[in-house]
Amino acid sequence: MHDVVPASAFVPLAPGAPAEGEARWRVFARTAFPFLVVGLAWEITARLGVFPARLFPSLEEVAYALVRLTVAGILPHHAGETLLRLFAGFSIAAVMGVAIGIAMGRSRRAEDIFLPLVSIGAPIPGIAYAPLFLLWFGLGNFATILLVGFASSFAVIINTWTGVKAVKEIWVRSAQSMGADNQRMFRQVILPGALPYILTGLRLGMAQAWRILVVVEMLAGVQWGLGWMIFGARELLNTDVMLAGVAVIGIIGLILEKHVFQRLEDYTVVRWGMMEQ
Amino acid sequence: MPHIEIRDISLIYDTPSGSVPGVQGVSFSIEPSEFLCIVGPSGCGKSTLLNIIAGFLTPTGGEIKIGGKIITGHGMDRGVVFQDFAQLFPWRTALGNVAFGLEMKGMGKAEREEIALQQLRLVKLEKFVRSYPHHLSGGMQQRVAIARALAYNPAVLLMDEPFAALDALTRDDMQRLLAEVWRETKKTVIYVTHNVAEAVYLADRVVVMTPHPGTVKIEVPIRLARPRDPLSVEFLDYQKELLRHLGGGAVKA
Ligand SMILES: Nc1ncnc2c1ncn2[C@@H]1O[C@H](COP(=O)(O)OP(=O)(O)OP(=O)(O)O)[C@@H](O)[C@H]1O
Ligand SMILES: [Mg+2]
Repeated sequence: MHDVVPASAFVPLAPGAPAEGEARWRVFARTAFPFLVVGLAWEITARLGVFPARLFPSLEEVAYALVRLTVAGILPHHAGETLLRLFAGFSIAAVMGVAIGIAMGRSRRAEDIFLPLVSIGAPIPGIAYAPLFLLWFGLGNFATILLVGFASSFAVIINTWTGVKAVKEIWVRSAQSMGADNQRMFRQVILPGALPYILTGLRLGMAQAWRILVVVEMLAGVQWGLGWMIFGARELLNTDVMLAGVAVIGIIGLILEKHVFQRLEDYTVVRWGMMEQ
Repeated sequence: MPHIEIRDISLIYDTPSGSVPGVQGVSFSIEPSEFLCIVGPSGCGKSTLLNIIAGFLTPTGGEIKIGGKIITGHGMDRGVVFQDFAQLFPWRTALGNVAFGLEMKGMGKAEREEIALQQLRLVKLEKFVRSYPHHLSGGMQQRVAIARALAYNPAVLLMDEPFAALDALTRDDMQRLLAEVWRETKKTVIYVTHNVAEAVYLADRVVVMTPHPGTVKIEVPIRLARPRDPLSVEFLDYQKELLRHLGGGAVKA
């Protein structure tokens, strides 16, 4: 009865659909696990009443605040304003940072000029510049965006500069022997060659932009923004609103990471074998 | 008239710990479509010399003429293949790598991809046109590098131990392939190696260099019909002769 075995039974298991499905499930579990642990610890602390309930709301209350504020359109408005400032500031940092970093990596003179400035400026917390920027450019969006751009450009500059220095001489020589002029050398060799580092710089710059933006929204006298919402809620002891704001920042950060930075990486440096997944 | 004339070339490296000679007073010339091998012990200055001919290094003395004109830097009359597999651009497919030189010349996409495809066919990689370098084996990557250096049709091909990092079997295949490519394209080739058998298999003439600081010790013409049989008595005699010039057991065949 069992002596006829289909040939396919002898084919070693190919990495087909079931294996892949399992891998995906695992990835999800791995991503979710730390959140579950923290959530559970949070919930236990809240229920045990270690802190007054007002100061330490349960997850349910936070979720309720999140839904309530979203439905009322308040949270989306705050988040939208913050995102606009974030992208405006980050764009400045990305463009300026990559340009300066490449100039530093390619030209000795640019390196001599910028390296001391960057070395001094980078370790200073961005928020320390806030009073100056607000005095110079006045309260409001302009100063905020400028400051976010300024403070987050350091990480982009340093990483881009390192990346350009790490571009293999053999690529440059190969391109030279094939007749690449300066502009093509830059676009076709230096930029892709330095891309793994540039992407790292952009990622760090984005994190920096978040950090500074949320605090500056408090100081800059703007009317909307997640930072403003969080600090405003503090005055009224609305910890559920504060936490809802924090959660939104985390969620946006996660989305940017997964759907922008990781995608960008997968599409470029990972596909080219210049970086492990 | 010789295609390339190398006259009294010297280069001294400036290092923090003082100056180190790279090569010292090297002179020889190469005829059009000649396959010339340079052999010499490790560190004698073969790579230095090749990089000077390629125009990546400026000699501290002497001059090089290609087609009667003194060279002052790199140029599209010379294609270069290095030992390092990393020479390919990882962000370009095999086809994109091979088309690079033509793109720099301003050739249109369809035309340059057609030529690049021909070149990949020449090195038997037409099935891997769309592969990125990190998905190719070392030998395949070096074949892409050869196709890339040939694609924009330079008159001279400069090769610095292109197969040295490959295993012996692949290396034999690659040598056969290169001999074939050379027969078809009739480029002037300068090929650096420290493998004596490789030199005898490929070269019309072998320039033997002295140990560091290197200069030309002797030139040995290889008068064997092609394709050559590495097991023939004459082949082995040439190998022995080259080894003798290199100073006995210093270099393994
Ligand atoms: N960038 C450099 N700076 C200083 N000295 C160098 C440099 N490159 C090479 N040299 C020295 O010049 C000499 C010749 O080096 P080269 O690399 O040309 O030798 P080679 O014949 O190609 O050796 P191998 O067979 O090991 O590749 C060596 O003594 C080396 O130490
Ligand atoms: Mg060498």
